[in-house]
Amino acid sequence: MSTAVMHKETKWWGGGRSPFNASYGKVMMWYFLMSDAFTFGAFLISYGTIRFSQNFWTDPNKVFNSFPGLHGMDLPLAFVSLMTFILIASSVTMVLAVHEGHKMNKKGVEKYMILTIIGGFAFLACQAWEWTHLLTGEHIALLANGTLDVVPTTVTLNPWGDQLSHDAMIAALQTTPHDQLAAIASTLHHGGDAAAHNVADLSNAELINTITKSGLHANHTGPIAFGGYFFGITGFHGFHVFSGVVINVVMWIKTRLGHFDERGHYEMIEKAGLYWHFVDLVWVFVFLCFYLI
Amino acid sequence: MSEHHDHTVSSPEITFGHPPAESTKRIWVVLGILSIITVIELILGLGIARHWYPNDTWVLFVKGTVCILSLAKAYYIVSEFMHLGSEIRNFIMTIVVPLLLFVWFIAAFLWDGNSWKNLRNKYGGEPAKQEQAAPAHQKGAKD
Repeated sequence: MSTAVMHKETKWWGGGRSPFNASYGKVMMWYFLMSDAFTFGAFLISYGTIRFSQNFWTDPNKVFNSFPGLHGMDLPLAFVSLMTFILIASSVTMVLAVHEGHKMNKKGVEKYMILTIIGGFAFLACQAWEWTHLLTGEHIALLANGTLDVVPTTVTLNPWGDQLSHDAMIAALQTTPHDQLAAIASTLHHGGDAAAHNVADLSNAELINTITKSGLHANHTGPIAFGGYFFGITGFHGFHVFSGVVINVVMWIKTRLGHFDERGHYEMIEKAGLYWHFVDLVWVFVFLCFYLI
Repeated sequence: MSEHHDHTVSSPEITFGHPPAESTKRIWVVLGILSIITVIELILGLGIARHWYPNDTWVLFVKGTVCILSLAKAYYIVSEFMHLGSEIRNFIMTIVVPLLLFVWFIAAFLWDGNSWKNLRNKYGGEPAKQEQAAPAHQKGAKD
């Protein structure tokens, strides 16, 4: 190897010319994203494998049918489409930031980075709402011990199995202890603490009577893996969104401090942009696997 | 694009930069494409939720269509927003060719999952449907 070549301005590739006509940092960002794609791919395929191995799987349209502020309405896909469009919009502002970077327009980069960061926070806020909604949800399900109870959607338990027949529900109510009956009855009126207090004073027979008359629907518990995969994969994606927002904030600060003007190029914005678009790309498939199909 | 040696090039090792687009028109076109595909997906998905389709074969067909539309979205995000389409061909191939592993990955594992289901239904394990009058016999353990 000729050492003369090594002493030139060459820093990264040793041959004096990048074989891919791209900087080392950008090439490595691409390879990182490729490996990350395999990580997400493995998670989603594992979800698919378990789903294919079950005779029954939860209908996502029954789980994800709420919208903040619109109580009691059946709105499948509504909230998640808002999240999808927030992420697409923030992807667009990111491309615009890269575009302004090409033109060495510091003010433009700052503006679009701010908009991208806001989009990222908006998405995270939506996800926080959705998780809270699921984790605090009150649905009646038949537990493994044969009693009915009010359960939320967690990583180990969810109320999204087959609907219970009326007779099976009546049978299960007979074996359900008093505190669980009271909890079920108090979900019926949502009358606040006072109503819940009265409910606790009723006898088992009165509670069963109230519950039966209300035309209550109950489900079997759903596939255990449902919550684990949902919270695991959307959580891992949300973690990527969060780290993307952190990276974008750092890029915004560095832009403001004029670091990229000193350097003579805005390539760091492009690299941060690659990561941010990847987050959007993963969401396309999370959206597909958990909500659409 | 070879003569486009300008200030966006970050190193002397790089003989061309991405030619900076003159306008943002292309970005808005891609936004339009992504939005339209997403709306179509949402309409098709709403059809599943509202039981518009006559039978399971139709639902499966719609789900397949939605998967293909998602791949189209992925193509536009990667090619246009991430500018992979403007990189040189060898570089594109080092990223795209390994991803072909997904073809086997998806097919093999979904097949496997389906096989577990068939084996379990045929040779015992959990009952296929849990609809029973005496729920006290139920076991909670299932995957």
